[in-house]
This record gives sequence, C-alpha cells and structure tokens, in this order.
Amino acid sequence: MNAKKSYILKIFRGHPGKQYWEEFELPYDPTDNVISALMEIQKNPVNRQNLKVEPVTWEQGCLEEVCGSCSMLINGTPRQACTALIANLLKETGSDTVTLAPFSKFPLVRDLIVDRGRMFDNLKKVHAWIEVDGYFNRGPGPKMSQEVQDIRYSLSTCMTCGCCVEACPQVNDRSEFVGAQIISQVRLFNSHPTGKMQRSQRLHAMMDKGGISHCGNAQNCGKVCPKKIPLHDSIAAVGRDVGLQALRDIFSFPDRE
Amino acid sequence: MPVKNNKKVIVVGGGLAGLSAAMKLAEQGCHVQIVSVTKVKRSHSVCAQGGINAAVNTMGEDDSPLIHAYDTIKGGDFLGDQPPILEMCLCGPSIIYLMDRLGCPFNRTPEGNLDFRRFGGTLYNRTAFCGASTGQQLLYALDEQVRRWEVKGKVEKFENHEFLRLVLDDQGITRGIVMMDLFNLKLEVLKADAVVIATGGLGLLFKKSTNSTFCTGAANGRLYKQGMIYANGEFIQIHPTAIPGKDKMRLMSESARGEGGRIWVYGDSSKSILAPDGKTIPCGVTGQPWYFLEEMYPAFGNLVPRDIGAREILRVCELGLGVEGRMEVFLDVSHLPKEKLHKLESILDIYAKFTGHDPAKVPMKIFPAVHYTMGGAWVDWPAADDPDRWSRFRHMTNLRGCFNVGESDFQYHGANRLGANSLLSCIFGGLVVGTEVPRYLQSLSSSYVDASAGIYEAALQQENVIKQDLMGRRGHENVHRLHDELAEWLVKNVTVKRNNQDLASTLNKIKEIKERYQNISLDDHSQFANQTYAFAHQFSSMLELALIITKGALLRNEFRGAHYKPEFPERDDTQWLKTTKAAYDPQQDEPVISYAPVDTRYLTPVLRDYTHAKKIKPTLENIPANIALPI
Repeated sequence: MNAKKSYILKIFRGHPGKQYWEEFELPYDPTDNVISALMEIQKNPVNRQNLKVEPVTWEQGCLEEVCGSCSMLINGTPRQACTALIANLLKETGSDTVTLAPFSKFPLVRDLIVDRGRMFDNLKKVHAWIEVDGYFNRGPGPKMSQEVQDIRYSLSTCMTCGCCVEACPQVNDRSEFVGAQIISQVRLFNSHPTGKMQRSQRLHAMMDKGGISHCGNAQNCGKVCPKKIPLHDSIAAVGRDVGLQALRDIFSFPDRE
Repeated sequence: MPVKNNKKVIVVGGGLAGLSAAMKLAEQGCHVQIVSVTKVKRSHSVCAQGGINAAVNTMGEDDSPLIHAYDTIKGGDFLGDQPPILEMCLCGPSIIYLMDRLGCPFNRTPEGNLDFRRFGGTLYNRTAFCGASTGQQLLYALDEQVRRWEVKGKVEKFENHEFLRLVLDDQGITRGIVMMDLFNLKLEVLKADAVVIATGGLGLLFKKSTNSTFCTGAANGRLYKQGMIYANGEFIQIHPTAIPGKDKMRLMSESARGEGGRIWVYGDSSKSILAPDGKTIPCGVTGQPWYFLEEMYPAFGNLVPRDIGAREILRVCELGLGVEGRMEVFLDVSHLPKEKLHKLESILDIYAKFTGHDPAKVPMKIFPAVHYTMGGAWVDWPAADDPDRWSRFRHMTNLRGCFNVGESDFQYHGANRLGANSLLSCIFGGLVVGTEVPRYLQSLSSSYVDASAGIYEAALQQENVIKQDLMGRRGHENVHRLHDELAEWLVKNVTVKRNNQDLASTLNKIKEIKERYQNISLDDHSQFANQTYAFAHQFSSMLELALIITKGALLRNEFRGAHYKPEFPERDDTQWLKTTKAAYDPQQDEPVISYAPVDTRYLTPVLRDYTHAKKIKPTLENIPANIALPI
C-alpha cells in the first residue's frame, strides 16, 4: 500500500432523535486502531470543515478485547473498536474512509454509546449462576473432564458485548427475540454438574416469548463473535434440550428422565 | 443504645474485591449498594490473565501455605506487613475451592481435578488458571453470584455512576457518599454506615500501562484530599512483558513463561554485563540467541519476580542488544507443544490481532510496562493474637467506617507483587471485608438515619461548586494533552529506574501541570454523557496521586523491590524498612510524608536472592494458634 498521509473517520453521532454524520481527517499512523484515533479527536476536536466540535463519546475499558465495552459498528460490522486496526480497515475497503456508528438495536445514549442493559437483565431471567449453598469452605467443586472444561471455558468467555445480538436479523422492532448471547449462557450453566439442578428453570425461560423458537438460523451471530464462541452449536444444543424438556414436563418425575 | 438493625453498605467498585465483598456482605444479611463507573462485568479484573495462587499442594511437591507466605514476603522485599500476608496464603486453598464451586472453569488434570501451573518468584506449581483469562473467569463467577443476590433484592447496582465524595458526620464517621450519574451528570447522595472502596489501581496516570481506562485512581485521590492516608505510593509494578501500542501497553501474561516461554535477544560477545552474583560475563555469543535471564538467574530463569525481569530487560536494551537496537526483546513460545499453546490461546490471539504475527511461528516482541499499584489506601490489620484484635477492624482506613480493599489498598504485596497473587489478595480482602463490616456496623452507637440532613446537603454543595468551576473554565489548555504530558514524565522518571535529580524535576513538573490545569477549557459543555468533564474531574485527583508517588520515590534513598535507584544500590533495612504514609495538607503544595514500622513478626528480613535459591522449608516464627479465616 502506498504511504498514506491521512485518512477520514466518518462518525454517525449525536443524541437520540438528533443523529448526523460528521467527518474528521486524521494523520495516518500504521499503528493506529479505532480507539487511538478517537483519542486523537479528544485532544483536537476539529472536524473536516475545520470547526471545533464536541469530542466524540464512546465506551472503552480494557482495550485488549476482554471487557466488551467498545462495541460499535465499524464499516458496518459489529465488533470491538480496540482490535480494529485502521491500516487493515483501509486495506479491506480500499478507500480512505473508516465509518463508525453506534449499535442500532439498543437504545442510543450519545454518539457511539448505547444502553446494553437488556442483555444483563436477560441473565437474570435465565438464572445465569450456580446455586451454591453458601460462601464457606465446603471443599472442592465437582470433578470435571478437561474436555468439558474446554467447552465451558469457551462459552464462559462471553463478554456481553452484544455483537451477536446486533448482527441478528431476528432481533428487530417487531420481535422480542433475546439473541444468541443468552442462549449460549443457558448452555453454559446447564453444562455444570451443580448448575444442571436448575436446568428446567433455564429451559422454561427459553420457551417463553422471545425465546429460542424465534431463531431464524441466519448464523450471523457466530460470524461476528469476537471470542469465536460456538454460538450455532449452543443454539442447536439448547434447542434440543428445550424439546426434551417439553417432553419431560409431560412424562417425567424429578428422579428420572 | 444499640442502633436499629441498619445493615446498609455501599461498595464502590465492582471488580474482584468489590464483588467478593458484596457477595459475602449479602450473605451476612447486609443490604449492599454497588457503585461502579462501568457495568461491573467490564471491570479491570477481566484483564488478569495467568492465574490465582494457592498452595493446594496437589502436585506432589510438598508445598504449603507457609511456603507461599514466605515467597510472598520475600517477593515483596520484606516491605509487606506479615500478618495479613500469612492469613491470605492460609486462606488460598479455600478460596480456590469456593471459586471452583461457583462454576469458574478452571483447567483440569486428566483425572478431572484442578490443574496448576508455575508462576514467577516461586519454584512451586501453585497457580490455578482458566486458559489465559483467569481474571475474567473469576470476575464472571462473582458477577453471577452478585446477580443472584440482586434478584433476591439484597444487592442494588448503580452502574455508570462515579464516586465523588465520602460524607462524614461531625465526629468524622462515615455516613454515605456523593456520586454522579455519568449519563445525565446528576449528583446524588447515597446514605449508609459503611463504605467499601474497591476501585483498583492507578495505571492511567502513566497513560500507556496494561490497565483499563477505568483505572484512574480518582476515588483514592479524592479520599486522600478528604484526609485518608495513602501508603507506599512509590511502589509501582512494571510488568516485564507487554505488547507496545499507541493507545495502551497490552499485557502478555507471565503464564507464557510459566508454560515454558523464553526471553532472549541476539548475543554480542564483545559486550559484557555485571551478573547478579558479582561476576562480569559476556553478553552471550554473537549472532546466537542469548537467554539472559536463564544465564543470570539459573534457579528461577525466566520466572524471576517481575521487578527483576523488567530491570534486566531494560539493562540489556540499554546495552543496545534490543531487537534491531530498539527497546524490545523476544519472548518465544514457538517451540512449545500444541497442548501448551492451547492453554495460552487467548493471549496469543491478542498478540496476533495487534501485530499480524503468529506467536506459534515467530517470537513475540515485548517490553516492560506499568502494571500494578502496590501502594494504596493505608488500611488497618489487627493480627489474630493482638490484644485489641476485636476492637479494631481489618481493611478500615483511618476514616472511620470507610474500608478499602483490592488493588486500591496498600496491603499484601510490599515492594513488589508476585504474579497471580493479585487475584488472591482481591478476593481474600473482599471476603475479609464481608465479615469485618457487619461487625463494625454492630459496634456503632448511632446510624446515618439519625445523622443531620445538613451533612449531606453540605457534601452535595461542595460537589456542585466543583462542577460549576470545571464547567466554567475557559482557559487554553486541553486536559487530555495535559494527561499525555504528565504520563510522559512519569513513565520516563518514575518507573523502572529512578534518580533523585529527575524525581525532583518531575515533582516540579507535576506542580506546573497542576497550575496549568486551572486553565483548562472543556471542549464539551453538554449535560449528558460528558466524558471530557468526567475525565477533567478525575484528572485533578490523578495529579495528587502523582505527587504522592514521586515524592515518596524521591525521599526513599534505597533499592527495594520495584523501587530501584542506582545512586543507592542496596536495600537499607536500618533506615528504610518502613511503610511510607502520605497525608494531604491543603496549606502545602506537596504531600506530608511520614513513616511507620513494617510488621515483620514471623520472618526477619534476609537477602532476597533469586540466583541459587532451592526449594527450602522456611521457618516462620510466632504464628498465632487462633487464626480465624473469613471462609
């Protein structure tokens, strides 16, 4: 790639009901990522029309893709801003512009910040914890094979960043679909020997309005997950468990399947 | 007259320390209000990678909590008070088991038991881990438990809210806080009889550190201005291995070396270096990889404590031996078998994402970076056999009813923290607070319910004045550029290697920045989600902390742990085996520094040697028989 001197950051910003595009021209540095670019704007908030404007606001935290704060639409794709390197983004599109926009499926707070509280509320609905007796020393937890740990660890790296929810076509104004994030958490807690004891509670939540039956199998979720969580597998596994639970609800007793 | 059973507690900060405190307090029947600048699940604890230490001794090594305590005391170069360290290490195994029961996905042995890896500053495999994102997994397990209590109505969360001020009554007793909603900037009072501060470290002072952007230290800075004593400020840990970046230094975990990663540069036999055993040795063989840590520290090799690792990397780079002459060295894991690389996958992925190079194929390029704040709020610790054990309260600051825990306190790590001890100290401290706070509440003879409305109004008013002042400033300085300038001076003069001349000029520089801070102008005057305003408010406290760190470093004329001053190349126990305590005096432009003795009742300081240490059975003396652990 020929040596660039500058590039344009085109940002969809503003307050709820008053959003607009604004462009900033920034000096090109091959080590820039979207975060360091936004930090430059903080230091010198002047747009392309050479007008001093309010610095852009965004959420950030660890900057190493493990906290889930800096989710946004970058060139239209939901992802974490910290791992979005400007050089790669320019190369991918062959243009001199990178576009940033807030997620569209969550209420806007300001500029690139949205309120993702809904996903955390869903964690409450599906009983996303292990029901332990208390916080005293009762010896080690149940034994587990390394294979099971491998899957549970992968599921448990979900940062509640919302990329999968944003990318899902079934999550829209006309549907109450909860999205892949929460379905995968149901799988996580049902895979634990102690967590399994509340399995039916979680599966019943998945049968409710907005539950797993709304999944349209578009498979966008797995493609955008920054942690490569096997979300499609989770949806398939929980879908199967929900079916079995429906049967159990009719035919089973607590002590047998 | 005993008070009505008002068990309301405010916990500020939702990382490992804050959440473990909240969880335990809820179990003890308290009503907990958590205040956090972010969703607690996004707290900086998620960045901890390598693991959590506990001498569970399942690897046939004859390990024990006493050896763990010995390693921790020695790793901290004998500056850490020993009673809290001992109890933390004794509690380690129970904490691992508790977290295991909470569903934290620890790696397993073939038999399905917990697996342990080796970490820096020890010769034992006592670090439990979840891949290479252990902090994230531990935090999530606690976040889940706290959510459980939230559903039960015992915990309330105020996320996207920032602590601004402690409310004290006329007797100086804690009665609540003032906080700000970071979305609508509204100031609000929360009332309670105990406040637990668990707001983490202050890495953001140095801007480019391994810390999250939340780690401004502002809460401690604000409390310090309200009279809280801040201890051992000068001890800042530099992690030997981070990925240099423009916006931050990304951590490359010690576990990369724990699993067998090796640090090297190309040797140059025409150059020589003074080895720690006093001999001058050539810098390897020209053109061949020189594994300098392994050669200079045969016993610990690549797993020397972090202060040593960081200093040696700097020394080698200063000799011009860094990668292509730059300030970088190689960290090589490319020789490791697949199973080991799999355990490190999450951190190797991050390296690949940021550099475009696959660490499984080519050695990584890394450099030391600011990582951990050993100093912090001074907190009390009556030992188990102290006669006044039950009339004092562990983890309470000098402000009555205000507790401090986790990276934001000064305890456990002395002059240098050992890898994988921070997760342990955060959870342990949180659990301790979970049992000490209810006891404190019971000891009170009055409650916030009886406090006069005036104390809350006055506190709100003070914060309103600050808000109007900041919003109204119309100078020419930009607060983010001032931050860059402060960080540049601190990184240059107050990190790995320090000297009195530069420390003195840094002290003056901070004062100059403090003056110029009066002339900032906010580029954003909006009343909604105004991050410039929030940061400008934090920056004022960050400047106070910078003064504490720099002045503490300037005065301490010795070499201890992370505090390395070539002018004074030896540890000096006669003069400097003492805790630094900084107090704020509005009449003076510098912190008032005093010193307190270190509690060394179990182990007399010995030489801190990592060249030929062997596995030994250390003898700790005077261990009390009546230790009661929090779990």
